[in-house]
Amino acid sequence: MIDALAPATIPATDEALRHEVRAFLREHLRDRPLEARARSWMGFDAEFSRALAARGWVGLTLPVEYGGGGRSPFARFVLIEELLAAGAPVGAHWIADRQSGPLLLKYGTEAQKRFHLPRICRAESFFCIGMSEPQSGSDLASVRTRAERDGDGWRLSGQKLWTTHAPRSHFMIALVRTSGTPDDRQRGLSQVIVDLAAPGVTIRPILDLAGDAHFSEVFFDDVQLGPDAIVGQEGEGWAQVTAELAFERSGPERIYSSLVLFDAWLDHLRAVPFPDESSIALAGRIASHLAVLRAMSLAVTAKLVAGESPVVEAALVKDLGTTLEQFIPTAVADVLGAHPDREIDPSLLRALAYVTHVAPSFSLRGGTREILRGMIARGLGLR
Amino acid sequence: MSADPFLHAMERLLAHYCTPSFVRSVEGGGAVAVLRDEVAGSGFADLLVPESRGGGGLSRADVGPVLFACARHLLPLPLDATMMVRAVNASTPEGFVAIAPHATILEDGAIECRGVPDAATADWVLAAFEQEAVLLPVVAAESRSPLAGGPIVADLRWRSLPRAAVGVPGNHDWFAAGAMLMAARIAGAMDHVLAVTLAHAADRRQFGKPLAQFQAIQQQLAVMAEEVAAARMAASLGFGGEGMLPDALQAAVAKARTSEAVPSVASIAHAVHGAIGIAAEFDLQLFTRRLHAWRLAFGSEGHWHGRIGRMLLADGAPVLDAVVRRVVR
Ligand SMILES: Cc1cc2nc3c(=O)[nH]c(=O)nc-3n(C[C@H](O)[C@H](O)[C@H](O)COP(=O)(O)OP(=O)(O)OC[C@H]3O[C@@H](n4cnc5c(N)ncnc54)[C@H](O)[C@@H]3O)c2cc1C
Repeated sequence: MIDALAPATIPATDEALRHEVRAFLREHLRDRPLEARARSWMGFDAEFSRALAARGWVGLTLPVEYGGGGRSPFARFVLIEELLAAGAPVGAHWIADRQSGPLLLKYGTEAQKRFHLPRICRAESFFCIGMSEPQSGSDLASVRTRAERDGDGWRLSGQKLWTTHAPRSHFMIALVRTSGTPDDRQRGLSQVIVDLAAPGVTIRPILDLAGDAHFSEVFFDDVQLGPDAIVGQEGEGWAQVTAELAFERSGPERIYSSLVLFDAWLDHLRAVPFPDESSIALAGRIASHLAVLRAMSLAVTAKLVAGESPVVEAALVKDLGTTLEQFIPTAVADVLGAHPDREIDPSLLRALAYVTHVAPSFSLRGGTREILRGMIARGLGLR
Repeated sequence: MSADPFLHAMERLLAHYCTPSFVRSVEGGGAVAVLRDEVAGSGFADLLVPESRGGGGLSRADVGPVLFACARHLLPLPLDATMMVRAVNASTPEGFVAIAPHATILEDGAIECRGVPDAATADWVLAAFEQEAVLLPVVAAESRSPLAGGPIVADLRWRSLPRAAVGVPGNHDWFAAGAMLMAARIAGAMDHVLAVTLAHAADRRQFGKPLAQFQAIQQQLAVMAEEVAAARMAASLGFGGEGMLPDALQAAVAKARTSEAVPSVASIAHAVHGAIGIAAEFDLQLFTRRLHAWRLAFGSEGHWHGRIGRMLLADGAPVLDAVVRRVVR
């Protein structure tokens, strides 16, 4: 069984951050159009990330000695909740802030931490995640990209796919095979840091169906890695990736991907003289789901604060969250289309089209719906 | 005061007296007296009453676990409503009190309360009108159950205001209070339904292996666990906030989300059980029939979605400020 999630409250000192973040966003996002804001955490703007970093808001939870804010995960919850609600373009520093930074803090050597963490916190280093490959999607343990011992360093060859923001990132943390064969599955996998400027790295952007080029394919052609390329223990890559994914899955970004669209639709509805009952009920339904999901996400955050690794709970909240994220564009389209005579602002229609088209990815990225449900089933003792 | 000793005492009491066969017998019109006397004698009804008035002095959040436990056992008494009414109203007479979701005065002066949960085992029904509420004695009412198969809820009618009626001063939102209590019942009962469904999936074998090993079953049970977890959190939000009675918006979210979870949780539970789940003598139906009844009581999700939606539209702020962060502080 899975223990009930206990409601958690954001401590007042962390809640106080909200005010400052709002003032900052009012100033920096003033002219950002709806369709850009609707891109949520897929939006990329290095300058914006640096402005946030100048305020100390990148690497907020990393220790002060490494350039971080030394704040609690609750403070980060407040920060990213505000960023997502405003549709801020956080993509540039997002992965380093959410995953790579905490991963390096937990498993990295002192030298790796001293080198990378301050750069992450200044938004000078952007990271990407190299897990998926052409033949390894959900079945991540089957990765074939290999790092072979070469002198006291490593030689990397293979290919990664769907790597978000690789063309504009400085480093990749890749899951690769350092011993054995794909038949060894989880054994023999390690995480390595790859400098994407190194010779032998080729990156090709891939356009998505909305015309954006956020993800990409990355080829490694005998790329030389130093002796310090391994993150954590050689051969422990699988366990480390599992822990990392708990961070990736538990945040408010798994609830709020369609929030900007929802708020824009609410404004549309508020301007309609006599809104119909089904639209009103839909607004209430989505709001009730959001409230409960936020409480669940906060409860998972409280577990992270307590030093736990709430892998199953995070999977549960993510599956519920992405289901709502996908429901919002579907349902909003229906109630808007139910009144063909009513005028709709073109920017709302463009935001709706964008979110509708990319919505399938919400339950793919970070582990598919079926894989998450499989993890929940394991948590329930079924497998 | 900590709620733990009460929770343990209640769990012992429920395990001993409030068995499925007892619930079944009360539903069939059998006596509830044994359980009733035990619950009444243990002081649970006064847990929310302030210590200054000789009560337990607990907050609503404190009694949450006790009420979830009662719901897991389908306690056939309105202990939850009794606790709340006694906490708010110092001059509540002895006995169990059910809250009526809706009360009307008919043209001939009769008072009608429809769909009152646990009216059959209550001594009093709290009927709320525009400005005031009254406690009406159940013995003086004509009662009938609108549902075949037992008095989970009942319709009551008094020819006129009975002499024994007791006024309840103050302008309180008793409908929201009842909704919040139903949310807790739904969440508690679902918890048990999930546990028995998991146990059944592990036990029952087909094609040479337990049902639990089929991926299609695993995925359905994962969805069920998600809905149960969401319902539990929603109900817990109903227990948030200060004061004896719940905040209207918190109660709204609690009842809307728990009610919405009912159809999927009940249908997955039945699907995984197969035919035996439909059998009267199998206990699952005691739970799922109540889940459906409680979904309707004090407003289904449709009612509350409309109310939350209107609040949201009237407030010009984005949804996080207008609703979400008011519910989850
Ligand atoms: C927008 C976006 C950004 C991404 N960014 C990154 C990134 O930065 N880095 C990175 O490494 N990857 C990234 N990914 C890739 C992502 O992790 C994969 O899409 C995901 O792991 C699924 O793999 P796949 O797409 O190959 O699908 P497949 O694994 O081929 O799955 C296809 C379908 O089969 C189902 N399926 C597969 N196995 C099972 C099973 N055992 N039981 C039941 N059903 C099953 C899946 O649930 C799915 O419905 C990104 C993906 C998207 C959409």
